[in-house]
Amino acid sequence: MIALLANEALSSVETGVANGFFFVVAGVAVIAALKMVTTQNVVHAALYLLVVLTSVAATYVILGAEFVAVTQVMVYLGAIMVLLLFGVMLTRAKLGDDTDLDHDQRWIGALVALVTFAVMTYSVVEEFGSTKLPSDFSATATEEVSNQIFSTYIVPFEALSVLLLAALIGAIVVARRD
Amino acid sequence: MFLNEFLIFAALLFCIGVYGVLVRKNGVMVLMSIELILNSVNINLVAFSTYNGDVGGQVFALFIIAVAAAEVGVGLAIVLLMYRNRRSIDIAEANLLKG
Amino acid sequence: MFATEVVETTVPWIYENVWLIPALPAASFVLILLFGKRFPYKGAEIGIVAVGAAFALALLTAGTWIGDIESADAGHGETESHDEGEGTGTDSHDEDESTESDEHDSLGLTDGESAAPSIVTVGAVAQAESSGHDAATRGEPIVTERTWFQSGDTKVPIGTLVDGQSVMLLFVVTLVSGLVHIYSTDYVHGDRRYTHYFAFLSLFTASMLFMVLASSTIQLIVGWELVGVCSFALIGHWWEDKPNSDAALKAFLTNRVGDIGLLVGMSILFFAAGSTFNIGEINAKAAAGEINGTALTWAAVALMAAVMSKSGQFVLHTWLPDAMAGPTPVSALIHAATMVVAGVYMIGRLYPVFWEGLTISGSNVNLMALIGGVTTVGGGVLAFVQRDIKKVLAYSTVSQLGYMVLALGVGAYTAGMFHLFTHAFFKACLFLGAGSVSHACHHSFDMKSDMGGLRKHMPITFWTFLIGSAALAGIPPLAGFWSKDEILAGAGVWPGTGGNGTYYIPFIFGMITAALTAAYMTRTVWLTFFGEYRGHEQPHESGRRITTPLIILAAMAATVGFLNMPGPFVAKLGLPSGIAHRFEQWVEPSGIPSFVSAEYNDFHHANPSFTLAIFATLLAAGSGLLVWRYYKALYAKDPMASEYTDGLRSRSGLARRGYSLLENKYYLDHLYTDTIAVAVKGPLARLANWTNQNILDGVVNLAGWVSVRTGRLVYRFVDQGVVDRTVNASGRTASGSGQMLRLIQSGQIRQYAALMFGGAAVLAAVFILAI
Repeated sequence: MIALLANEALSSVETGVANGFFFVVAGVAVIAALKMVTTQNVVHAALYLLVVLTSVAATYVILGAEFVAVTQVMVYLGAIMVLLLFGVMLTRAKLGDDTDLDHDQRWIGALVALVTFAVMTYSVVEEFGSTKLPSDFSATATEEVSNQIFSTYIVPFEALSVLLLAALIGAIVVARRD
Repeated sequence: MFLNEFLIFAALLFCIGVYGVLVRKNGVMVLMSIELILNSVNINLVAFSTYNGDVGGQVFALFIIAVAAAEVGVGLAIVLLMYRNRRSIDIAEANLLKG
Repeated sequence: MFATEVVETTVPWIYENVWLIPALPAASFVLILLFGKRFPYKGAEIGIVAVGAAFALALLTAGTWIGDIESADAGHGETESHDEGEGTGTDSHDEDESTESDEHDSLGLTDGESAAPSIVTVGAVAQAESSGHDAATRGEPIVTERTWFQSGDTKVPIGTLVDGQSVMLLFVVTLVSGLVHIYSTDYVHGDRRYTHYFAFLSLFTASMLFMVLASSTIQLIVGWELVGVCSFALIGHWWEDKPNSDAALKAFLTNRVGDIGLLVGMSILFFAAGSTFNIGEINAKAAAGEINGTALTWAAVALMAAVMSKSGQFVLHTWLPDAMAGPTPVSALIHAATMVVAGVYMIGRLYPVFWEGLTISGSNVNLMALIGGVTTVGGGVLAFVQRDIKKVLAYSTVSQLGYMVLALGVGAYTAGMFHLFTHAFFKACLFLGAGSVSHACHHSFDMKSDMGGLRKHMPITFWTFLIGSAALAGIPPLAGFWSKDEILAGAGVWPGTGGNGTYYIPFIFGMITAALTAAYMTRTVWLTFFGEYRGHEQPHESGRRITTPLIILAAMAATVGFLNMPGPFVAKLGLPSGIAHRFEQWVEPSGIPSFVSAEYNDFHHANPSFTLAIFATLLAAGSGLLVWRYYKALYAKDPMASEYTDGLRSRSGLARRGYSLLENKYYLDHLYTDTIAVAVKGPLARLANWTNQNILDGVVNLAGWVSVRTGRLVYRFVDQGVVDRTVNASGRTASGSGQMLRLIQSGQIRQYAALMFGGAAVLAAVFILAI
């Protein structure tokens, strides 16, 4: 892993600043994620999640998917984070440290996560070992994205709107107080 | 830029999210971890979309964001219900399906 | 040896259609049964017409056959010879047959001549040619056959066989049957079952003719059994009286005992002769020595048993006298002329089998001759002590049948057949005469109490009866003399006869019987027709329908003897030699050539002897005279006595004991009913019962007990032990594993999630790394 990073750090000198940016952003995201799953404070965890989501949006920008990045910011950071914080609030989560957030057998989760990571990394490295992104890619035009949505992917789009409707109504039904 | 970077980055986030799902007791924390997982998938999709020059990846990433939003909404509704009924959102206590 | 013959176009129509002769009475049987009662004469006319037509056809057949023989004799050489040039007594025999002497030397000379009837093959079977002779030998039987049914590889044929023997019997059966039909219209007039009687007379005639024309052993058996059935039906004609139905049953059952021998013998022959039913083939094979000797002997012995029952030979003859319970015409037809001679006819048909099986040639005694001899004497002696005139005639028939069997046993084949021929006529005449007498004596047959002095009242009956008796006793020139004499000569004992062996004991028996026959017939004639009338009726002569057959039969009895006059007699009388031995020429060739062949030369004809003839005649006449004087003296004292008190019995204890022995018929009936039947009934029945209860039922019970125990065992061990345990075990396994698997369901979401993710990871690893 370190060798890889080192390798990529070295190669970033060649490939440019964008790559360097990516590493910074990726590092921030990973650290924030780790902190998120280990912190004892619920609110801190929410805030760490916020950081992760932001860095993910930055990654999108690096990859040239601007529209997706913007949507990420608007939906995730704007709506979902608010939702989660509301949830934290409504469930009277203890403000401040809460020593009771993890259950006792953390090693199982660690084990599973590690195994999963190992498998995934192995397969990725084996398959895309030296695959490079096209060096001359430019940012994707929103126009292109919308063209695709409304032509090729029109059916999933409509289905999605129905799904959102169902989720909306479902959430209300489930959580209403009567 | 190597494609690998993004893929490994996504894998990392995914595994951290899995760890979070398995370890966290709090329902809301679990939902957060799930968000992490979904985001990792998004990164994967977009990376490949850029690699292949196909916009479809990004389109799907948008769809997944929408679905994630719906899912969080419903999930939180369930957690709230659970809190209302039991005064606790420890998911270990939702064991009525115990065989 | 079994060459298929070429069909000749010169076969006369009658030979192929001789099946009509039995068919006509058979059809009349059916018609009488169905429609007889509606006819004016209650069905008798159908029967008479049918038998009459059959007689006409039989005459036609006989005429054609005789004509063929005669023309073949006159035209060219014949292969039949009387002696193959061997033996001592041939000279006088040969030199008198001058017209046939040149025929002696021409064995097998008949090439190219086809005037003789040849063999017709119709259907699947070709008649076998006997060995060594040319195809166109005259006197070969004409066989017309077709396959009746087939079972596997075995074809059962049905057909007709026309040769001298069958032609002779066709003539006899149809003639006597026709005369009996006419006689019966008067005798059973007004009977309660008149139509039924005539129906069965027709059926009997048809069956007898069927048997006579049998070309295969199967057919012979069928005819044999059929005539047995008709005999049973006709003897028991008045079955309302128990003695009559008993007699019918006795006849049938005694015949059944002998029929076992018939079936056994025929089966042995079938297999030993190579799975063939054809009589000609069997004969040819037996003569050529191709059949195993032991098999032949056993077959012959078995068939002798059948002859003993059917032809009333000693030991199984007991049914014949009791069969007199039937109407007299029935007795005349069946138990004198035709059915009882079925056994003798069968011996004649299958003569090579007996010739080889019992080694008739060149020996001193054989089974057949012995049985015949004992029968003649036994029957003759028994005829002495009878009161009933029909019983006298019945025992006389037994005795004469013994004569025929004796003749065949000593190898005097033609003599036996000829005696059959003549006996039919005079015995039928005697029986019908007895019937006529009883008619006059109010249906009584008791000579001693109801008859006597009838010659004044019934002259025709008297004279015909007298002629018949004289013929029976063997008084020349009546028929019985010629046939009996030939038998005695055939025994080969009297010097100058030669023959097929020297049979001393049968010869002595034959002589004794000659004397006895004359004696008891004289007694009968005296008691019936002479002396004073001891009855209480007004006897009168019978009507024309009764007397006409009597006259015809008496005439035949007087004259048919001349058909077979021996050569020396003919020469002495100065008659043309061509009329000597006519009967032999007509009848014999079919039977004998099949076993007279170039390799097989030892069948001899006996030469008749004047001295023997004179001696026998004197013996008969002498014994007759003796009896005449005895009875005359006896009845002179008290002509009206129905029991004579001063006879031999009153003077001699030995005579009394002898008489009671005879009166009890040698205690044979006692033996059969009281000893054998009771022995069988008692211990055998008890043994059978014990076997049934203990063994058979025991087996069944054991099987049941075993099943019950097995069932219980199976239930305990298999059903409960294995099956139930398996089922329970599977249930326990399921619930146990379920209990264990239940622990996975903890209700903990985390655990589920962990498992899910973990499983997915593992699967992914498997897929990626391994596949």
